[in-house]
Amino acid sequence: MEAEKTVLRLKINGEIFDLVAPVHKSLLEVLREELGLTGTKHGCELGECGTCTVLVNGRPVLSCLTLPIEVQGQEITTIEGVAHNGRPHPLQTAFTELGAAQCGYCTPGMILTAKALLEQTPHPSREQIQEALSGNLCRCTGYLKIFEAVELAAAQLGRSEGGNA
Amino acid sequence: MSTREFSFVGKPGPKVDGLAKCMGLTKYADDLSLPRMAYGKLLRSSEAHARIVALDTSAAEALPGVYAVLTGEALPTQFGIMPVSQDELTLATHKVRYVGDPVAAVAAIDEETAEAACELIKVEYQPLPSVFSIAKALAPVQHAQDRIHEDFGQGGNIHKVVALEFGDTVAGFRQADHIAEDLFFYEGNTHLPMEQHSVLAQYEANGKLTVWSATQTPHYLHRALGVVLDIPMSRMRVIAPPVGGGFGGKDDPFSHELAAAKLAMITGRPVKITLTREEVFYAHRGRHPTLMWIKTGWKRDGTIAAMHCKSYLDGGAHGSYGPASIYYTGALQTSTYQVPAYKFEGVRVFTNKPPCGPKRGHGTPQARYAVEIHLDKVARQLGLNPAELRRRNLIEPHSVTVNWLEITTCGLRECLEKVSKSSGFNEKHGRLPEGQGVGLAVGAYICGAGLPIYWNALPHSEVQLKVDRSGTVTAYSGAIDIGQGSDTVLATIVAEVLGLRPGEIHLVTADTDLTPIDLGSYASRVTMMMGNAALQAARRMRDKLLAPVSRQLGLAAEQLVMKNGRVYDRDNPQQGVSFLETVQLAEAEQGPLTSVGSYTPPPKLGDYKGSGVGPSPAYSYSACVAQVHCDRETGEVRVEKIWLAHDIGQAINETLVIGQVEGGVYMGLGEALMEEYPFRTKLGTHKIPSMLDYKSPTAKDMPPVETILVKEYEERGPFGAKEVGQGPLLVVMPAVANAVYDALGVRIDELPLTAEKVLQALEKQAKGGLGRVGPKELPPFEFPAAIRVEPPEESP
Repeated sequence: MEAEKTVLRLKINGEIFDLVAPVHKSLLEVLREELGLTGTKHGCELGECGTCTVLVNGRPVLSCLTLPIEVQGQEITTIEGVAHNGRPHPLQTAFTELGAAQCGYCTPGMILTAKALLEQTPHPSREQIQEALSGNLCRCTGYLKIFEAVELAAAQLGRSEGGNA
Repeated sequence: MSTREFSFVGKPGPKVDGLAKCMGLTKYADDLSLPRMAYGKLLRSSEAHARIVALDTSAAEALPGVYAVLTGEALPTQFGIMPVSQDELTLATHKVRYVGDPVAAVAAIDEETAEAACELIKVEYQPLPSVFSIAKALAPVQHAQDRIHEDFGQGGNIHKVVALEFGDTVAGFRQADHIAEDLFFYEGNTHLPMEQHSVLAQYEANGKLTVWSATQTPHYLHRALGVVLDIPMSRMRVIAPPVGGGFGGKDDPFSHELAAAKLAMITGRPVKITLTREEVFYAHRGRHPTLMWIKTGWKRDGTIAAMHCKSYLDGGAHGSYGPASIYYTGALQTSTYQVPAYKFEGVRVFTNKPPCGPKRGHGTPQARYAVEIHLDKVARQLGLNPAELRRRNLIEPHSVTVNWLEITTCGLRECLEKVSKSSGFNEKHGRLPEGQGVGLAVGAYICGAGLPIYWNALPHSEVQLKVDRSGTVTAYSGAIDIGQGSDTVLATIVAEVLGLRPGEIHLVTADTDLTPIDLGSYASRVTMMMGNAALQAARRMRDKLLAPVSRQLGLAAEQLVMKNGRVYDRDNPQQGVSFLETVQLAEAEQGPLTSVGSYTPPPKLGDYKGSGVGPSPAYSYSACVAQVHCDRETGEVRVEKIWLAHDIGQAINETLVIGQVEGGVYMGLGEALMEEYPFRTKLGTHKIPSMLDYKSPTAKDMPPVETILVKEYEERGPFGAKEVGQGPLLVVMPAVANAVYDALGVRIDELPLTAEKVLQALEKQAKGGLGRVGPKELPPFEFPAAIRVEPPEESP
């Protein structure tokens, strides 16, 4: 079946991507299938589990419910864009060190949601972390190591900021 | 006890595959794609039970972009995970057995076209009487053609019946001073892994089939592909990429895997099928809804004289692991308590619902839930503290149970003591303010099944190591990491022996072209079995590497230590060589450096029919205290804290062990409080096949967990290790239920323990009743005479 296609210009992880994709494809599908950015996962494709979370202008967005055309010209961040020059973000090292990723499938969405939280609230309480992550399901960890990892990353980011100042 | 100091074993540390997962670099099955790849879709039955009268695929085949349409006739061979449950077809031919049963498959240019083609397939169904409850499934079936499986099972819709008696329970109950009886119902629920099942199949012109699948059991999938496609296993390659959560939901061979392979063969294109979330609910293989009856006889001193258990399992539409599931609802009651005489009767029925199978704990959570609440009630009847009642009955280490399970180490007494102490159970029990309560439960789980799924005398796990002049160490294992950390266990064990860091070990896993056999990530078997195979391979490699160094330094090999990337004299650490030099010396002398290790469990002790389910090289033990706060107005139960002590033997990686405990507690809380798998009683459609409606605990629902590790060194485990993936879940549900009783004085004898049921129970209590919600009676069903098994002489 020949679907109607649209020209898209997307800014993802600081890079511009020009592409032609079927007009009905979600941002999730375009990221994974058109651009090969498979770090963004999916658990339901119905906006229920948070697994496909990406950041748009720093805010968590469910890529399965987003049409790429809506986010043209905006800053899209996927898990592939969280590290800096190949150096993992403190959230990525904290999640690794503390065992906050078990099967790892919810992890990209968790890390991006946590990144948005820490940018808004650099020193969140446990309750704020729980609230922020409540839309991201994880079936492996029981969430506790994820909370600890976010707290550890917050502390590390706080220290490095202090160092810069 | 081992007094050895480890470099890595037992310490906290990251997963070796953790960083890649956190960077988004790990490739799961659905992340793979190949040039010219087609997308596959399954058409699933809209009927719960019906004869297929006509199936017309012509319109679908004519749709532009469709490469192939597959129906059941193309794959007429039945399959199933167990040799005794070969009752599944890839695609239904004559009849469908549940809403969601695969009927046809399409491969097309894209997913939308494949979906559209599925909609164009015309299926004419002639409905048959459908069965959705245990009670109805036990009733006789009037017409043979109305049976769910006409040629399987033991008549009507009964899949399998078992009845065993160990020792003389009649005499045991006669000698008892106190007798107690209870009924429980454990609702079904599902695994809900975050990753939807996905498969990619490629068939090459030379006749070789390659299948990548999100599976916990690549070896069993390999076998099923061979049987159904009629291709020798030696002409296939099965690869399991890292799995995004399994919990038992990816233990069976599935229709989508077989259909993708066949479509790849027909179209000459790679074919990928990824299930939608709704389809994952239909693939299911989740927890069996189970009705249970338990009767115990007690002596005046608070010890058990006899126990009798009955289980009624709703198996759904297929056999799957069901024959094992039935036995598991009866096999492990004796692994925690000394039971001198024990009778178990179990029946599994077919119903027109997605097939049930092995969810984390496989059959034992239901039974453990029943026993542990029952004991809580008995403690009250006997005027004993629930911890004290259990203490008087604990199984002894190094003993044989009445049903011939060989118990080796058992840290249960220590688990019970430590969890009671750290939670303040004895001080809190019966003494917390109204609405608050504590509950206790203990449990045990196998460290791998003693027998393979299909009978054979071959090793259960094999590991190969290769070391070369670059200093590279590569471990090859068929074990698949489903998040539990098998890669880290493998790397840690090899690294510990060879004196390297776990992250330095290269791993090649779960690829039948490259790796030796491991039976799969199920039954909590991987640390015990793959771990022992890895340990043997690593020790053999160590011997090869040390021989030339030993000669060069003029020191006995036993005098040499491999640590921190060096080989050196135990008494003079300055004298030594680097790991790289060691390897080069050995390769110069011996040529390519490889070693192998394997593991076969010890033989089972029992020789009765059914004795294959329950035996394990060792058993892990857990004890749990839950503290809850209940709202009398809303019925809401809030878990304030969980304390869980687990006898791990020896942690290989402590971070991962605690992670498994916390994950098990989490999943147990979901089962205890909210998760259920309900169907519309007339249509047989699943009520909530979505992640929004299927309630599972979120980040906001998770209480703090205090994990206490008990380390009772297990001779049979690698470095003394036992399992942790499943045992800790078992004790959570009964601990919560017992805590609710302590808080409110009401008994909710069925799961999930919802606010609605709490309110119902409170209402009954207010009217002067028992304040109980739960099953009231057993369905009429006569079990056959039990097979009488004499207990071992030294049993309790």
